[in-house]
Amino acid sequence: MLTGLTLTEARAGLAARSFSARELAKAHLDAIARLNPALNAYITVLPEETVLAQADAADARYAAGTAGLMDGLPIGIKDLFCTKDIRTTAASPILADFVPPYESTVTARLLKEGAVFLGKTNLDEFAMGSANTSSAFGATTSPWRRTDAPDVALVPGGSSGGSSAAVAAGLALAATGTDTGGSIRQPAAYCGIVGLKPTYGRCSRWGVIAYASSLDQAGPMTRSVTDAGLMLEAMAGFDERDSTSASRPVPAFHKAVGKSVKGLRVGIPTEYRAPGLPEDVLAMWEQGIAWLREAGCEVVDVSLPHTRYGLTSYYIIAPAECSSNLARYDGIRFGKRVDAPSLDAVYEASRAAGFGPEVRSRILMGTYVLSAGYYDAYYLKAQKVRTLIRRDFEQAFETVDVLLTPTAPSAAFAQGENQNDPVQMYLNDIFTVPASLAGIPGLSVPVGLNGAGLPLGLQVLGRHFDEETVLSVGGALEAAAGFAHRPTLHAGAGA
Amino acid sequence: MSYVIEGQTGQWEIVVGLEVHAQVISHSKLFSGASTTFGGDPNTQVSLVDAAFPGMLPVINHECVAQAIRTGLGLNAQINLTSRFDRKNYFYADLPQGYQISQFEHPIVGTGTIAIELANGETRSIGITRLHLEQDAGKLLHDQDPTKSFVDLNRAGVALMEIVSEPDIRAPEEAGAYLRKLRQILRYLGTCDGNMEEGSMRADVNVSVRKTGEPFRTRCEIKNVNSIRFVMQAIEAEAARQVEIWENGGTVDQETRLFDHTKGETRTMRSKEDAHDYRYFPDPDLLPLVLEQDWVDSLKAALPELPDAKRARFQQEYGITFYDAGVLVAEQAVADYYEAVARGRDGKLAVSWVTGDLFAALNRTSNTIETSPVSAASLGKMLDLIADGTINGKIAKEVFEDMVETGEDPEAIVERKGLRQVTDTGAIDAAITAVLDKNADKLAEYRSGKDKLFGFFVGQVMKETKGKANPALVNEALLARLNG
Repeated sequence: MLTGLTLTEARAGLAARSFSARELAKAHLDAIARLNPALNAYITVLPEETVLAQADAADARYAAGTAGLMDGLPIGIKDLFCTKDIRTTAASPILADFVPPYESTVTARLLKEGAVFLGKTNLDEFAMGSANTSSAFGATTSPWRRTDAPDVALVPGGSSGGSSAAVAAGLALAATGTDTGGSIRQPAAYCGIVGLKPTYGRCSRWGVIAYASSLDQAGPMTRSVTDAGLMLEAMAGFDERDSTSASRPVPAFHKAVGKSVKGLRVGIPTEYRAPGLPEDVLAMWEQGIAWLREAGCEVVDVSLPHTRYGLTSYYIIAPAECSSNLARYDGIRFGKRVDAPSLDAVYEASRAAGFGPEVRSRILMGTYVLSAGYYDAYYLKAQKVRTLIRRDFEQAFETVDVLLTPTAPSAAFAQGENQNDPVQMYLNDIFTVPASLAGIPGLSVPVGLNGAGLPLGLQVLGRHFDEETVLSVGGALEAAAGFAHRPTLHAGAGA
Repeated sequence: MSYVIEGQTGQWEIVVGLEVHAQVISHSKLFSGASTTFGGDPNTQVSLVDAAFPGMLPVINHECVAQAIRTGLGLNAQINLTSRFDRKNYFYADLPQGYQISQFEHPIVGTGTIAIELANGETRSIGITRLHLEQDAGKLLHDQDPTKSFVDLNRAGVALMEIVSEPDIRAPEEAGAYLRKLRQILRYLGTCDGNMEEGSMRADVNVSVRKTGEPFRTRCEIKNVNSIRFVMQAIEAEAARQVEIWENGGTVDQETRLFDHTKGETRTMRSKEDAHDYRYFPDPDLLPLVLEQDWVDSLKAALPELPDAKRARFQQEYGITFYDAGVLVAEQAVADYYEAVARGRDGKLAVSWVTGDLFAALNRTSNTIETSPVSAASLGKMLDLIADGTINGKIAKEVFEDMVETGEDPEAIVERKGLRQVTDTGAIDAAITAVLDKNADKLAEYRSGKDKLFGFFVGQVMKETKGKANPALVNEALLARLNG
């Protein structure tokens, strides 16, 4: 099944000429044609001739022996990455017809390594959400179903829910995601795939539509930990056009997978044992601890005392930055414009029509916390908390090499659930947000199913720029878990 | 206290502080590679960053940073090795990002001073509070269409230095002197062209009034005044308005005002209630700006000589007056011209030619020092011809006028016109003889004691020699003959 391969397997097959890039691409286009109407994982699917032309070029490079790291591998691109001459919407009405005349650094690097783009994957509007329900192009539905309620449509997680659903269902071998507070890791966990949020600064943000600039980070969403390493190698690297990108060499990340983890110290943050954490999540966490012990790791409890303030700080800092970042969508130079009799009226009408409720609510929150008289109480305090949270991690990493936590406090929930309770919705990010605030790398690995047959993920967190150790530990968990479950809907399932 | 407003309740003092926006001279914008050339067709100098397209990010232009540091050093100011960029958020059609990247809490340059000189020769020191870097906005064109406004983003993102003074200014004249001196320093440094007409230097003027010895009262800010004369007029008008309000028992509201120079008055632009809440916060797209001391030191070592230092050196090196030196250094091009003429020559003679005959000729021919028909080298050569006795001072005037007209070399003019000075004592004696023969009556008068006639004889001899005789030789020979 060509749509069921890992990147590594597909690349080996292409190199061995077992199948062509064209066949591989065609298999994926067929799968998309068949399953995307049900999943709505893609906002834009590229025309067949465009995709096949990319694949043919890849085949030519294999024939010439000049194939790149990702050559001929069909992938999905989250519709937050600007892609030259390909509509880029951020799942927002305001950019519904926006066609960038430029290519983001990350997608340009993937193209340079030969990747074949299938299309632009769905997301929460402007990457704001944890359920992929706020997209102007309709929600993405998870390919997974609960065994006890097979008719209930579930969320794929968010905001990179189109990417996670596509990868899980066989509509792409892998996909790009972006993670601001958990938007790669949580949907990866919900869909039973691997998601890696690299260290802040590892991947260039140039050409990625900003949500919260100090937190946004691009990363791979794949079917294996090795794939995540491979794809990150293609995506990462210094970019002089992004002042916050790190001037560091890019290691051969995929080689870290399979390395022995014997003797590594794994910390278990005691504060993450939150009251009310479901039994199945707790049990999976314990299982993960046991697996790592068996692999020779030393597991110790650590304290991250400021964890409880993480979520509130995040929901001050991210909206604050978003309120400013989204000011450029004013209807004047690009994007949706609603004509009105005065400049202010054009702003109001265009932005009212152009932004959905979740985006509007975050802009309002962000505007509020930056306002005169509230800045110190909210924004400044949140920044101080952020510093304390970063220090918590730095102190923990003085004694341990990685941390192990659940990725999310539950498995995927039903579409519509939590919809009227934003706080409950925001709680989905509770385990992912602190690492985002600290800027450290985090990897979600699928390790098993809960009682209802839904995947659960564990999160490995590491030191700044130490993705390699994170990938090694992730690889050990992957090997021990042997997660081979497929979602209810996937390209390989009987028609 | 030189400037006071005589009110009905006594004398009022004015308190003024200036915020000057100076456009940085640089090839490209503060955070993008787009060109900064003035006068391009609308929207031809706009990058995707300037137009704030989705996903575009600012990258600091190090040349702009260097220019800000040079300016700080030129203002004897503290250079902050760590500074930070903040976003100033507001909506306007000329502001593509919806925020201006500026420096709010941590500017690149801290406190400094500017020494100003007043008409009465008095000097004062005006404090500089800070200098920070920020982006300029674009421009709206309202006159292209009856119902639409157009946006030109060529200027959007160009680097500005905002230079804020302490409220140390106490007279309109001082504000004028401050702006002229600041402009002079910026031009010397090559960090801003100081062209207020083109808008590359603009001033916001903060004005309040108070009775002597009082703490500061409420101030008003007059925005975007675009000439030194208007700044001085605006201060006078605004101060008078405030005095009238206070004296009538009212209170001055803190607000932003505009100066209408046709009416000579200020009017409300927006009141405090309408003031924007700019929601400043650190720009997460940019890291703090951290400078190496070594770099600052190397910029300092390479700074050009500034007007005050040059003036002092000219006085000392060329033996000219404080006043003359001030005239010469007012513009760097004049100072350079003068120095090219004066170096190795008589500095006093050089200053009288440059500020006298040359300035007059430039005026008359509508030239500037840069377009002078007489080069510094030629004028220098002419001074050499005077010094070595080839021509005398009177003939030099004639030669100079010819140089203005023809741009020819002074030696060539002297040869062409046969203006070489007569130093042949025989020829001079012959001329004297001729003069004395023609003026026997005057000679008798002289010899009977009318000494003043000496000048008459000198004049006649010079006339006889067509002005070409060496005046010293004429004096000497004439004296011998008259008294002989």
